[in-house]
Amino acid sequence: MIKQRRDVLKSGSSLGVLGLLAAAGVIKPGLALAAWNESAFKVGSLEKTLAALGAGRPATSAAISIEAPEIAENGAEVRIGVSSTLPKVESISILIEKNPDALAAAFKLPEGTEANVQIRCKMSQTSNVYALIKSDGKFLVAMKEVKVTLGGCGG
Amino acid sequence: MANPMKIRAAAKDGVTEVKVLMSHEMETGQRKDASGARVPAHFITELSATWNGKVVLEAQFGTAVSRNPFLAFKFKGGARGDKVVVTWKDNKGDTRTDEAAIS
Repeated sequence: MIKQRRDVLKSGSSLGVLGLLAAAGVIKPGLALAAWNESAFKVGSLEKTLAALGAGRPATSAAISIEAPEIAENGAEVRIGVSSTLPKVESISILIEKNPDALAAAFKLPEGTEANVQIRCKMSQTSNVYALIKSDGKFLVAMKEVKVTLGGCGG
Repeated sequence: MANPMKIRAAAKDGVTEVKVLMSHEMETGQRKDASGARVPAHFITELSATWNGKVVLEAQFGTAVSRNPFLAFKFKGGARGDKVVVTWKDNKGDTRTDEAAIS
């Protein structure tokens, strides 16, 4: 009896270790989807988002270009493209200053993936759009203003 | 179960361009319905794309991504017939995986 109980305890504790490893990211779940970075997506203002991403006050770079319309008639669908000639781009984030939460999307680029992404975003109103790039361990940023005629918050 | 994604992948000069059109309401949680009740947020939070089993893009979305999200990106390599697989997951735990062959 006692032996059985020990076995159960043992298997229980080994499961616990597995769970811990999974939580620590040592064992990746099948899909390898990174956990959603709620602290950066739900933090609100541009400065707070930059801080949550660990970017601080990034320097402006002319090597980042933002492709977005000067005037977007419909704020519900604004196509924003970010590309860069910077070396070793590890991540690209798109931030919309005047949205309730500034961070719209964040991309992680493995080696071999080009620094060139396009996505459609919602914009609540005319705002500056920032493209934040982590290149060779350093954060750099570029900005473009997009005027919105009709906000994209369903209002 | 969510509707399938439309995925196009085309290889040209050693670079594959992938375009993905997802089918998702991407509800922000800010909108109110006719009775004035807040419509709860429902949106894609994470996405990953692989080419022949190798991860080529990982993305996280906020509520500011448009309804029925469109995404395009490029990676080096890829030959005709190779498989590109895209998976997304939303904040309610719903998930969808679709694939396309590179043309």
